[in-house]
Amino acid sequence: MSGQDNTALLEVRDLKKFFPVRGGLLQRVVTQVRAVDGVSFKIDKGHTLGLVGESGCGKSTLGRAILRLHEPTSGQILVDGQDIVGLQRSQLGVHRRRMQIIFQDPFASLSPRRTVAQIIREPLDVHGIGTSKERERRVIELLADVGMGAEIRDRYPHEFSGGQRQRIGIARALALDPEFIVADEPVSALDVSVQSQVLNLIAELKKKRGIAFLFISHDLAVIQHVSDEIGVMYLGQIVEHATVGDLYSEPKHPYTQALMSAIPVPDPTAKRARIVLEGDVPSPMNPPDGCLFHTRCPQTQDRCSTTVPAMVNVGSETNPHRVACHLQD
Amino acid sequence: MADNKETPLLSVQNLIIEFATENGVVRATDNISFDIFPNETVGIVGESGCGKTVTGLSILGLIPSPPGRIVGGSIKFMGRELVGLAENEMRKIRGCRISMIFQEPMTALNPVFTVGNQMTDVLMRHHGLTRRQARDSAIEMLAKVGIPAPAKRIDEYPHQLSGGMRQRVMIAMALSCDPKLLIADEPTTALDVTTQAQVLEQISKLQAEFHMAVVLITHDLGVVAETCRRAIVMYCGRIVENTSIEHLFTNPRHPYAKGLLDSIPQIRSRRLEELPIIPGRVPDLLHLPPGCRFAARCPRADELCNEQIPTLSPAGTHADRVACHHPYAAEPAGPAS
Ligand SMILES: Nc1ncnc2c1ncn2[C@@H]1O[C@H](COP(=O)(O)OP(=O)(O)OP(=O)(O)O)[C@@H](O)[C@H]1O
Ligand SMILES: Nc1ncnc2c1ncn2[C@@H]1O[C@H](COP(=O)(O)OP(=O)(O)OP(=O)(O)O)[C@@H](O)[C@H]1O
Ligand code: SF4
Ligand code: SF4
Ligand SMILES: [Mg+2]
Ligand SMILES: [Mg+2]
Repeated sequence: MSGQDNTALLEVRDLKKFFPVRGGLLQRVVTQVRAVDGVSFKIDKGHTLGLVGESGCGKSTLGRAILRLHEPTSGQILVDGQDIVGLQRSQLGVHRRRMQIIFQDPFASLSPRRTVAQIIREPLDVHGIGTSKERERRVIELLADVGMGAEIRDRYPHEFSGGQRQRIGIARALALDPEFIVADEPVSALDVSVQSQVLNLIAELKKKRGIAFLFISHDLAVIQHVSDEIGVMYLGQIVEHATVGDLYSEPKHPYTQALMSAIPVPDPTAKRARIVLEGDVPSPMNPPDGCLFHTRCPQTQDRCSTTVPAMVNVGSETNPHRVACHLQD
Repeated sequence: MADNKETPLLSVQNLIIEFATENGVVRATDNISFDIFPNETVGIVGESGCGKTVTGLSILGLIPSPPGRIVGGSIKFMGRELVGLAENEMRKIRGCRISMIFQEPMTALNPVFTVGNQMTDVLMRHHGLTRRQARDSAIEMLAKVGIPAPAKRIDEYPHQLSGGMRQRVMIAMALSCDPKLLIADEPTTALDVTTQAQVLEQISKLQAEFHMAVVLITHDLGVVAETCRRAIVMYCGRIVENTSIEHLFTNPRHPYAKGLLDSIPQIRSRRLEELPIIPGRVPDLLHLPPGCRFAARCPRADELCNEQIPTLSPAGTHADRVACHHPYAAEPAGPAS
């Protein structure tokens, strides 16, 4: 959330990604899934934007669209001020190297027939970086960066635990020295102790190398630990965006409040006031009019079903806290 | 609360499961024993690779063989021995009396069939419904687990759904034939917290309605605290603690269980520089130490621990059980060994 003067490492403006839905005998496009529906944010160098939201609200699609693994339907993706949406695949090369992705599933994302060394050096091979000797040396460095020894280089992914595999995935993502990483649920398949090891590693990389992250997670404790700012998504849109401190101490949007109240507490005696969301999750093929959340919002008012709430800043100029809800305007 | 005379719905005794691998035979579960009583929810927790999924699969007769094999022990369900049961008998129990929600929905769902095809198949096979009835019932089930526009979604292929929706489809399939025992392997890991709360509530509603027992395999200890009555903690193929939820969270006795609880990520008023972890890592199943498998990481380890494998004690049905030479003291009683 930097001012106009300094260019953010990444800026996304009004990004949309719709998927066609086909039906009928002729398999014509009958409607569209509005997976990402007008999202804007900035991420500065070395900063982490955490992204939370309901299953299916478009988090993964957003992360992939930024790397152009999905072709955006419209909007802009500015990297150092340059829009990469219109670029041809061939012109994309240099940006590709600067941006990497870590996937949720450390099991599915590593090829089972390649050794650890082959997996990690693949991006170097693809981009033709360094001599064969230099690539070998780089693999050893990268393994050390993620806390693993050189002796594992000739072993295969299935010989490792989930946490170790996720480290191998991270080492591969680091091979091209990226400035920005999309981490899509990188620890949710891991048990808590291993989870903490990987999160500590990510925090260290952020500090040592100044890597910026878009960090997607369902776990609000994890998100709190890694993020500088948090965006809360609902049905393809960001409905609240604030610094970590502000979001956890003063969640403004009724959806964010419901989310916070639903966090499972590791204490069987805890008494809690959970905000239970009534009603069905609306379909992204047919989003409701007015506020997207009005069909389930416990605080909904008349105008909510007809008028779209604007995103307003309820924080300060220097420390913005943006929220899209009629209760705030 | 069940008393000691109640017969367990499921009784697993000294179960040993091995896998043949390129580098030798690994023992994925080593002499594990536990009971599940009707209508109760029991959590199974433990580090990745400790044998949780394999335990669940064995109850359904789904251990891939080869390379897997039940080498010893017994699994009794409603008094009937399941180990060695013929596949056609097992098939009648599976997906009907016992259902499982699988850890990886993408691999469990067939990518070339629509959601509807997969659901109606099961319903027609086990309930003798017509295709039309099965389709209606499937749509109803999808709506129950919170899938928006279920009548449309039912005709989509698994890759068109988000991770969370795929998991909800799996849950709908597992619950569609009123099982007596539901084994749920990480059922909500892919879901956001509000959907997770919905799904867990849905499971516990159906549990009450159908008098169903649930074995919940998860690494989310918050979920365990909110939904389970008892928890089984596994480490490296063995059960190290089997205890009531209250005791696990207030007074864990096994050093691994304590380490696990200490490393739960929590929302904190001030962010920590570094999250607490259990130092070291799980031993390789091919090169197990002779004594306690947790010894290399345990703050209480001594000579005895390095020489002798601690066994689970005592064997009462609902008594707390722990496998450790030097467990933390049970409160409010005095210090144990
Ligand atoms: N290839 C595709 N074709 C059609 N629809 C798609 C495709 N990929 C995603 N969608 C739809 O787009 C919406 C957003 O999906 P996405 O995977 O981005 O959600 P998500 O927020 O990452 O969810 P989760 O938390 O469950 O992973 C969903 O409705 C999904 O069904
Ligand atoms: N098909 C197989 N071939 C060889 N070994 C296997 C196979 N399936 C499981 N194992 C071994 O059995 C052990 C237990 O695996 P299991 O999948 O039960 O772990 P888990 O506790 O469910 O872990 P996670 O939390 O990661 O899901 C593992 O160490 C694994 O190496
Ligand atoms: S605008 Fe209305 S419906 Fe939407 S979140 Fe605010 S109060 Fe709820
Ligand atoms: S038996 Fe010894 S090493 Fe094992 S958990 Fe107990 S104290 Fe630690
Ligand atoms: Mg996703
Ligand atoms: Mg498992």
